[in-house]
Amino acid sequence: MSNQQKHWEKTRSLLFITLAIWFIFSIGIFLFGAEMNEVSGPFGYPWTYWFTCQGSLGAFVILIFWFANRQEKIDEEFGFSEREDE
Amino acid sequence: MKGNFIDNLPKVYGIYTGGFIGFIIIMAIAEQMGMTAKAIGIAFVAFTVFIYALIGWLSRTAQADAYYVAGRQVPTVFNGMATAADWMSGASFVAMAGGIYFKGYGYMALLVGWTGGYVLVASLLAPYLRKFGCYTVPDFIGTRYGGNLARFSAVVVLTVASFTYVTAQINATGTIASVALDIPFQYAVYIGLISILLCSMLGGMRGVTWTQVAQYIVLIIAYLLPVFWISNKMGAGFFPHFMLADEVARIGELEQQFGFVKNAAADLKTVPKGLAGITKAHSAVNATPWAFISLALAMMMGTASLPHVMMRYFTTPSVKAARKSVGWSLFFIFLLYSSAPMLATLSKLSLIDPNLPTGIIGKSIAEVQAIDWYQNWNQANLMFVSDFNGNGTLELNEFFMGGKAVVLATPEIAGLPYVISGLVAAGGMAAAMSTADGLILAIANAISHDVYYKIIDPKAETAKRLLVARVLLVVIGFAGATIAAMEIQGILGSVIWAFDFAMSGLFFPLVLGVWWKRANRQGAIAGMLGGLAAGTWYLVWVRTGGSGFLGITQLTFGIFGSAVSFVLMVVVSLMTAEPDKATQKMVDDVRVPSGKTILGKSH
Repeated sequence: MSNQQKHWEKTRSLLFITLAIWFIFSIGIFLFGAEMNEVSGPFGYPWTYWFTCQGSLGAFVILIFWFANRQEKIDEEFGFSEREDE
Repeated sequence: MKGNFIDNLPKVYGIYTGGFIGFIIIMAIAEQMGMTAKAIGIAFVAFTVFIYALIGWLSRTAQADAYYVAGRQVPTVFNGMATAADWMSGASFVAMAGGIYFKGYGYMALLVGWTGGYVLVASLLAPYLRKFGCYTVPDFIGTRYGGNLARFSAVVVLTVASFTYVTAQINATGTIASVALDIPFQYAVYIGLISILLCSMLGGMRGVTWTQVAQYIVLIIAYLLPVFWISNKMGAGFFPHFMLADEVARIGELEQQFGFVKNAAADLKTVPKGLAGITKAHSAVNATPWAFISLALAMMMGTASLPHVMMRYFTTPSVKAARKSVGWSLFFIFLLYSSAPMLATLSKLSLIDPNLPTGIIGKSIAEVQAIDWYQNWNQANLMFVSDFNGNGTLELNEFFMGGKAVVLATPEIAGLPYVISGLVAAGGMAAAMSTADGLILAIANAISHDVYYKIIDPKAETAKRLLVARVLLVVIGFAGATIAAMEIQGILGSVIWAFDFAMSGLFFPLVLGVWWKRANRQGAIAGMLGGLAAGTWYLVWVRTGGSGFLGITQLTFGIFGSAVSFVLMVVVSLMTAEPDKATQKMVDDVRVPSGKTILGKSH
């Protein structure tokens, strides 16, 4: 397998992990919205309410930065990162 | 100042922010000295619009890459701010807290949808489109799939989605300008439009970028300051986001106590159009999982297909910067979105809690009608009370408010000085203007670059191309304003439709263009046109009394449109020949960040 194919393989698995986490916070937890809202969560808000106001939103911000860092590492590993002077 | 403009950005915007805060303080002092509310409103809107116009003029340019992609040198964090302003429209600023106030949980799907989409933008599209080096979104479609028809189909989808969106934004600028400047809406719309064009016409993307950063600073101050102030004034907590759990629980208690009484249809006829009462629980789950998830999903896929957002990531210096920049964009959006539910909570509690001095439920109708702020907002057609059951006291089901009033009127209800209301008007104006600018530019650029330059006259010189782009900007702006002046659809409805149109036609052709090498021209054209047609058909069908299926409503028709688009694209691609070697090589090159962009620096 060429260098580029390996790079793409790793990039693709990072995508799948990212999308799986995205799925949990955007869709997965809301399948149980009614049940989860009965329980008191962070700062005393009901869990589902807190996820819609802050939890999921914050998770997305952290997820994107995490993804960007991981992808940079992959690019460096295979020598595909951009030169600064480009 | 030493060094070039880009190196000095933190300093420039630091001084600007300080100047704006100074202006707020001067206005506060002027209010104490007797400046009228109306004069303060005019001063706020006029001052901020003047600054944006000045930035627009300073950013004027005659170069194609500066006009289309701001010279590709916008630093990560600043591009994040510009994207956040580009993204947060009049709907986010003026209408969102109101929606949460009235509809509760079911509506909060929009909060999740309008943020979660950025994960798709960062992981599926933005870095790859940046590597491609295109000027516009159809530029990518046209080059990846080849041929004028593919390019033109993308322009069609882009125009339908963005134009639906932009009329709502011009409408919002008109509403705010008409309230702040006290002139009729029909004229205010054109004043709003001229302000918008001043930012974008001379500098194109460069002008829009630097005004959007300035607009973000104004709108975030204008949103957060009242939320914190009201929370502290009510004694609800000095940092509302972490401290409103008791207030949320208290609203739940009060809702139980008052009950959601359903009004008779005859009674509701007397309520002015556009006003609503509280009929849904504040923090309880009142929607089925699918109703919530389908709306969130439609908004997320729509986010990843809206060209005015995507084109912001063409302006970063590198692929790496494009990825990080998406993170910053969402961070800046998060600051406002996480505050909207808090504002809704504070607003609702201050109105309905009989233990608070501002509470009106349970007071006598005559007493409420004598309150100053009630009279003001009643005159503006945003508030209404009526004694349906004739007992002389105001019940929860007898109080009606417009969605906009939650953001616009809460400072006044909570007893904040008028200078805050002036600030909020300036913030709303900034939010609507920045989005309108991005959208008009997206449409005008697609038509001038992709239709005029790439299809009609490929030999046109730069000066002529930019002239065409500017003329189109004005024409599209006026067309949008003319339709906005007719007031066909509410702000929020049009915005949600725009997302559905965009995802119906563009989501899969864009994503598969990067992630599926086998996708070819025929498949993409079928996907774009078929998806858009299917989505539009579903919307018309449901609007004209059709029952719909699978719980897909007129707000989520993009789910149907994009499903059709996906199936068509895959089936047609597999039935026709695979893309040639050169195209496959192009896709391989897009997938690695290093090396030259696919399209040249100037093309």
